[in-house]
Amino acid sequence: MRKEFAHDELMMPGHLACQGCGGTIIMKHALRAVGPDAVCVIPACCWTIISGNFPYSALNVPVLHTAFATSGAAASGVRAGLDMQGKHDTKVLAFAGDGGTFDIGIQSLSGAAERNEDIIYICYDNEAYMNTGVQRSSATPERAWTTTTPVTHPKSGAKKNMIQILAGHKVPYCATANIAFPDDLYRKVRNAAEIKGTCFIHVLSPCPSGWKIPSEKAIEVSRLATHSKVFPIYEVYHGEEYKITMEPDEIPVSDYLKSQGRFRHLKEEDMDFIQERVDYEWKILLQRSMMEPFHMNF
Amino acid sequence: MSKNTYFKHEGPWSDANDPLMCSDTGDWRTKRPIVDKDKCIFCGFCQIYCPVQVMEMVGDSHFEADLGFCKGCGICAQECPKQAITMVSEGEFVS
Repeated sequence: MRKEFAHDELMMPGHLACQGCGGTIIMKHALRAVGPDAVCVIPACCWTIISGNFPYSALNVPVLHTAFATSGAAASGVRAGLDMQGKHDTKVLAFAGDGGTFDIGIQSLSGAAERNEDIIYICYDNEAYMNTGVQRSSATPERAWTTTTPVTHPKSGAKKNMIQILAGHKVPYCATANIAFPDDLYRKVRNAAEIKGTCFIHVLSPCPSGWKIPSEKAIEVSRLATHSKVFPIYEVYHGEEYKITMEPDEIPVSDYLKSQGRFRHLKEEDMDFIQERVDYEWKILLQRSMMEPFHMNF
Repeated sequence: MSKNTYFKHEGPWSDANDPLMCSDTGDWRTKRPIVDKDKCIFCGFCQIYCPVQVMEMVGDSHFEADLGFCKGCGICAQECPKQAITMVSEGEFVS
């Protein structure tokens, strides 16, 4: 196992990510799970910068940089081209940030999911437009600070639930994962690589500069996110069969919120409100996971 | 900084031996991870969690960071289950 982890890396050192970037850890485990026979499609996001300046690339797989809105469409095109060449085993990995998935790229992703293209779509969610300087996106959690939602007007409205949207498309597999549990993340990407059809994996990616945390706390904060039930880890098969893959420790949400500078302005009543919301969402998830999936008997 | 040997597999248009555009990210660092060889139990957590992929196995005994690329984020020191890694300020290594 150790030898497997240490050799044959597809993401190389020398990339241009900030210290403690979560997105690079996700890319590392995702590429390791998918293997060298893959094509990576990256829309405008942090990873456009991270993979390096032109003659060099930190990724040892072919990379297609596309426009912001087109990650799903470009991945479908690459898939069609590979199929025409008979390369049915080559995986197509679309790797987009939360802006390119939740806001700008949602229509192309929805189209690809509806056609059930054979692609793996990984969304690394750092909960704002971090590359351009921490602007609010629809993945920003409720009452968080960003530069466009300052502390006098923190973000109103809850975070968009992307897994619900993708589960509504009845794609074969969608899942959430967390970099603090790399074995779980590896297994989910491996699972997505084996399933034919659109697979969507939503991974929480801590951003030290945008979340205002010290770089060495990145893993710890994302571990707290799962254990406080803010970001539960589960998977959905065919949009119906919910499986919770990580039993959270029941720690209060305030532990997670107090560890980050972007929630420093929150008062006690704000934290109580967020705790209530998190408990409610967790209850819905528990009930869904207990429901019998719908089977077609013909 | 160390010779960049990681970009050998680039396309035919690029000269991988040209040092001009290699990203030696080691010079971003303000703190350097120092591994205590006696405390290290060779579990590999630093390698798994390292965002830059610089922790390298030294034989079968311990891990060591490639200082040509290590950005000094400190995740390895934070996540080490035996506290075998300490972050030491770069100023102490200036001769």
